Amino acid sequence: MIAYIIRRALYAIPILLGVNILTFVLFFVVNSPDDMARMHLGMKRVTPEAIETWKAERGYDKPLLFNESSQGVDQFTDTIFFQKSLKLFQFDFGSSDSDRDIGYDISQRMWPSLAIAIPVLIVGLMVNITYALLIAFFRATYIDIWSVVLCVVMMSISGLFYIIGGQYLVSKLLHLVPISGYDTGFSAVKFLILPVLIGVVGGIGAGTRWYRTLFLEEINRDYVRTARAKGLSEVVVLFRHVLKNAMIPILTGVVVVLPLLFMGSLITESFFGIPGLGSYTIDAISRQDFAIVRAMVFLGSVLYILGLLLTDISYTLVDPRVRLS
Amino acid sequence: MSDILLNVKKLETWLGDGERPVRAVDGVDLKIRKGETFALLGESGCGKSITALSLMRLLPPSGRIKGGQVLLGDTSLLDLPEYAMREERGGRMAMIFQEPMTSLNPVLTIGQQIGEAVKIREEADSSSLRQRIIELLDSVGIPDPERRASEYPHQLSGGMKQRVMIAMALAGRPELLIADEPTTALDVTIQAQVLSLLKALQKQTGMAILLITHDLGVVAEVADRVAVMYAGQIIELAGCEHFFRKPQHPYSQKLFKSLPDSKKRAQRLAVINGTVPALNQVFTACRFIDRCHRAFEACEQAPEWTQLESDEGVRCHLAGRADQWLREAPAEEPDHLAGQAEGMASLLEVKGLKVHFPIHKGVFKRTVGYVKAVDGVSLAISPGKTLALVGESGCGKTTVGKGILQLIKPTAGSVSFASDELTQLSGSALRNRRSELQIIFQDPVASMNPRMLVGDIIEEGMKAQKIVRNSEQRRSRVAELLEQVGLPSDAASRYPHEFSGGQRQRICIARALAVDPKLIICDEPTSALDVSVQAQILNLLKSLQSSRGLAYLFITHNISVVAYLADEVAVMYLGRIVERGAVDQLLASPRHPYTQALLSAVPVADPNLKRKVIRLEGDMPSPANPPAGCHFHPRCPVVMDQCRLACPELLEQSDGRHVSCFRVEKGL
Amino acid sequence: MIGEWVILWTDALIFLLLLFSTAFGIYAARKEHLRGPWRLVVRSRVGVSTLVILSFYVIVGLLDSVHFYPLVNSVEKGGAQTQSAEVISLFDHLVTPLRERQEKTYSAPLATHLYAKENIELPNGEVIRDYPRLEFGGAHLTMPEVEWSEDILRLSAMGVIKGLLVSIVITNILIMLLAARWNGTYGDAAKLLITGKTVIPWRTALITLMFVILILFWSIELSSHYHILGTDKVGEDVFYQALKSIRTGLLIGTLTTLVMLPAAILLGIMAGYYRGWVDDLIQYVYTTLNSIPGVLLIAAAILMLQIYMSNHADEFNSLVERADLRLLFLCIILGVTSWTGLCRLLRGEAMKLREVDYVQAAVAFGVGHFQIIVRHILPNVLHIVLITVVLDFSGLVLAEAVLSYVNIGVDPTMNSWGNMINSARLEMAREPVVWWSLLASMIFMFVLVLSANLFSDVVRDAFDPRLRSSR
Repeated sequence: MIAYIIRRALYAIPILLGVNILTFVLFFVVNSPDDMARMHLGMKRVTPEAIETWKAERGYDKPLLFNESSQGVDQFTDTIFFQKSLKLFQFDFGSSDSDRDIGYDISQRMWPSLAIAIPVLIVGLMVNITYALLIAFFRATYIDIWSVVLCVVMMSISGLFYIIGGQYLVSKLLHLVPISGYDTGFSAVKFLILPVLIGVVGGIGAGTRWYRTLFLEEINRDYVRTARAKGLSEVVVLFRHVLKNAMIPILTGVVVVLPLLFMGSLITESFFGIPGLGSYTIDAISRQDFAIVRAMVFLGSVLYILGLLLTDISYTLVDPRVRLS
Repeated sequence: MSDILLNVKKLETWLGDGERPVRAVDGVDLKIRKGETFALLGESGCGKSITALSLMRLLPPSGRIKGGQVLLGDTSLLDLPEYAMREERGGRMAMIFQEPMTSLNPVLTIGQQIGEAVKIREEADSSSLRQRIIELLDSVGIPDPERRASEYPHQLSGGMKQRVMIAMALAGRPELLIADEPTTALDVTIQAQVLSLLKALQKQTGMAILLITHDLGVVAEVADRVAVMYAGQIIELAGCEHFFRKPQHPYSQKLFKSLPDSKKRAQRLAVINGTVPALNQVFTACRFIDRCHRAFEACEQAPEWTQLESDEGVRCHLAGRADQWLREAPAEEPDHLAGQAEGMASLLEVKGLKVHFPIHKGVFKRTVGYVKAVDGVSLAISPGKTLALVGESGCGKTTVGKGILQLIKPTAGSVSFASDELTQLSGSALRNRRSELQIIFQDPVASMNPRMLVGDIIEEGMKAQKIVRNSEQRRSRVAELLEQVGLPSDAASRYPHEFSGGQRQRICIARALAVDPKLIICDEPTSALDVSVQAQILNLLKSLQSSRGLAYLFITHNISVVAYLADEVAVMYLGRIVERGAVDQLLASPRHPYTQALLSAVPVADPNLKRKVIRLEGDMPSPANPPAGCHFHPRCPVVMDQCRLACPELLEQSDGRHVSCFRVEKGL
Repeated sequence: MIGEWVILWTDALIFLLLLFSTAFGIYAARKEHLRGPWRLVVRSRVGVSTLVILSFYVIVGLLDSVHFYPLVNSVEKGGAQTQSAEVISLFDHLVTPLRERQEKTYSAPLATHLYAKENIELPNGEVIRDYPRLEFGGAHLTMPEVEWSEDILRLSAMGVIKGLLVSIVITNILIMLLAARWNGTYGDAAKLLITGKTVIPWRTALITLMFVILILFWSIELSSHYHILGTDKVGEDVFYQALKSIRTGLLIGTLTTLVMLPAAILLGIMAGYYRGWVDDLIQYVYTTLNSIPGVLLIAAAILMLQIYMSNHADEFNSLVERADLRLLFLCIILGVTSWTGLCRLLRGEAMKLREVDYVQAAVAFGVGHFQIIVRHILPNVLHIVLITVVLDFSGLVLAEAVLSYVNIGVDPTMNSWGNMINSARLEMAREPVVWWSLLASMIFMFVLVLSANLFSDVVRDAFDPRLRSSR
């Protein structure tokens, strides 16, 4: 068991290396640092000197892979690849193109992200499971049919519309909560209500439909028939037998996204002006700050792999078939 | 009349909506007495399982009960509201199912699942509940019940799971136990255990058992009375003994004649032509008319139920007529092959074949052990002969077949076929030899690509082996082959799913024949088929053997098929052959204790033949961790000290057969 | 009128896709296992009505994918026709009035006046601040305050009547065709059709078609004199923008899958069939790609493309061409991030299939690996591919909107629902709110995505019998 987890953890190394090389190629080989400098300094009227200073300030004035002018190990370490890409393995993200410490920014900005992402996940999970169970209980009736139609309609609406519509209705017309913004401590709550609500509502369509399929799949299994043959009531069958089995894919599906919650939601955060990692990334993209984008790509991969690892572990915890074999 | 426990009157159950619902149960009448074992016998698709589910009111969503009455004692089950019906389910009537593997909830422990059933019926605190669970597990013969109660279903073998199912059913102290094919998914030795357990429990508790089965042997073994079901109706009802002595309905009569056994070796088996009619129609004629060898004008009218004796009856126009048991003219053809090709050199010779699958573990997936699926098997087949490889599931017999064909690379050993060493061949050299060895699989559904036309399926081998290059000739050869296996030539332009199980198996045979093989490995080719269809396939295999001089390696667990078809038998246990010899010799007087137990456990379709079952305790160990010494020693009833230490060789005996047992070696 | 034809990259691909689908359709028509499920699709009521709606979108999208340089009457050369520098599509050509009637700035749907007050110089020289009249919207009215509602009603009625007439003609043609096919009389066919007793639910299809036609004619009538969905900041007709965005949405939804399919199918089957190091390598590749959050990978790639394009601006002949290449690149990068799901599915399926009896039988005949994959594995995973393609479509259309919002979607100059929302969002703070751009794009997108979702449900149920039986 432990050996298995260690093996999975070791497998992360070549993958992260792959991600690293991929981002390196994308950011430094497709376009040279010169191109980037020119982009930042304005396209046409840039002097070569300005480009050089821009590069030197940000440490892009080194060779990509091999530094001939250095000695010994420095030939490999005093390069862009080592300084900018491999350093990420130490979670040393360096400073952004606008000269801020990325590591510090991330540690500051992940909390507002979590403040939205965690309630959305938990409330959403509860709402979706309850609704799906209800549908499963009333399966093959009009409640089932119309609920599925409702789910399809809800998942056909763009997430952007939920946000814009929600902001317009709740904040602008009803003036219930502020339209956007953020505060520290408890006063943040009033800013969080709307984004969380919208996050939950936006997820009902796809979530409930998916869980309904899972429940119905379990309901058709032989052991459910056995449970009924024992004389158990439909509610007991549903909660004790069906829910318990269907929770395995549901939980592992949740576990895989847990670490990624740190990354925040790009769209929601930027609409509501919440200073989380999502809006951080968006800002970086629109400012074309590649150092930040690079850091976020790496961080995202690490968290994704962590999620995979957690999924493996959670399987062994929830499913006795895996745990005991 | 007070001894009637269950009274079913004119039960009708339909499946599916729309214009043509399937009338799966179409007016069934049954009376089950207290404490008796009542067998409901029928082929697949005749509606026997749906009948049982209707009684429990556990039909799938598409099914609904259209009419009739079910009285359990004085309670009319079909009129009960759902909450009151729940009282009866698991209370006075309980049910066990065919598939013990999937019928238990994988995420709850055995104890929890049984406890659940106990808790509905009786008030119990946790200690007395635990007490009761252990008691129940103990009563179904599960060793070490305390430990088992806290285990999960996947930790138990199939036979154990079925025992747990029975324990669960017993929790409500039922008066009626409905057992839907309770042993079909189990091996014969385990089947014997479960059947005798059911019998013992019945004696103890006095419950009645409604046993649903397709196996005449099982019926003969345990039933008091039998009802034969065909196409949604009961067509015959009789006491068990009477039924086996003198079946009334032509269908029942034919069913008996189509059972293979050693006495019928020289003849063709009787077959019931055609298939069960589709049940989505309203019948006006007798449902059996198209397949009946005795059909006459009156049969155009559906026959009424004819009450014969007190509670026996038959649904047939012939009932009570003088010519009811008219003997059929024997249409058997003589066996051409007898005595031919005696003493020829072996076509296939396997020596010390081993197939081991590595088990990987640890951080770097090092190989820490092997699943020894096949662990040193030697056998030989002469041209035109049939060698039956017999064994229970998991003994490695299928792997032997695939190992011979090089579908799985053997770990060690030699497979020499017509003087070529197959294990040494590879690439195109092996590909060229492939036309001479072919294989037929167990599952007629999975063995054909559903996306290809039957014609293309049969042609595939010819193309690959470049036997007939011209497409015109290929097509005519396909037609020829289809005719040989008894299918119309227009079958070539249809898809596999349009055919029934038996017809598909014929197509598979035609596909194998297309490349003119000398040896066909038949991997349980009839075990997914009904008895009457099985007879058709066995007949076909036999006549092909005599006309083409084919040799068969017949892999099976069905002893009666072996008795009918095989020339030689090899019995396999946990990756090794324990006994090998000529068929009549070996079946008549088995030497190895395992063979003896295996043969004794096979139910025979004759209630008068009271045989002594040698009961084997426990299950076959895992091939990943076989016991030291003789693989059979932990279950062997006559084990000696020596058996625990060393493995006996497969030695030739004075009568020409091979046995691997120290006891036999010593002449004990 | 039409000068030199222009074939953009995406045009070529979309017609290639059309060719492929037609070829596949012909192939499928001869294979029962593929024809059967499709028959179920066209026999489902949801199936046919969504098909009607989807085909309306597809027709607009295809018309919008034939590009050319129009000929214009040049003033300098004395009225001689010269080729315009601007590329337009066949669709643009058909709706020339919509395209060319630009107002100054915002105007509400069906409005006759601008949305913002301006200084207007009256004929008497006096300057007042008021809402000026629109240049085109309702320009034929002399007294808009009085005549407006009557005019709208009149035009609507005209539209509805024309629409009904066309619908009746189509219905009759259909009935005659059906009667000819069934060798029955016109009356019988009509009766069957109207009572809804045909195998294919023609009645449902006709009702849906009638709705589409009514809306179409209604909007044609009204838009000939008004901006039915208003105008945007620079005065462009929003209805026109929303229609033009159809092509973008469809392209993203279809080209992305077209781009990713070969890789996903090939690698997925290879990984599952060959196992061993091939499997390890392919799994490594897709786990690595998968581990980068999709949005970030797209962002990084698009940013890099932007730099490349601005540094090599001279390589592109026109803005349209440049926007088109960016769209293509977006499809490719979306494909790169989304092929892994299908690949993993196919790997699992191929792994199961290689152990199935009929594949073993083929091996026992000495059939080669390539033949086994082509003949036995591929046809048996095709339904999974089809289901995935259809299911992915709506997700991709929605993704486009989000990506364009973040500025890493299609080119800002390109018409797309995402760009429409993006520009409208800024005006939400305005008082009173400018809502029509937003609502127009939302409705157009919603109808497409909902139809696609419902259609994909029908397709999935038809092709996956396991799911069908669990209903």
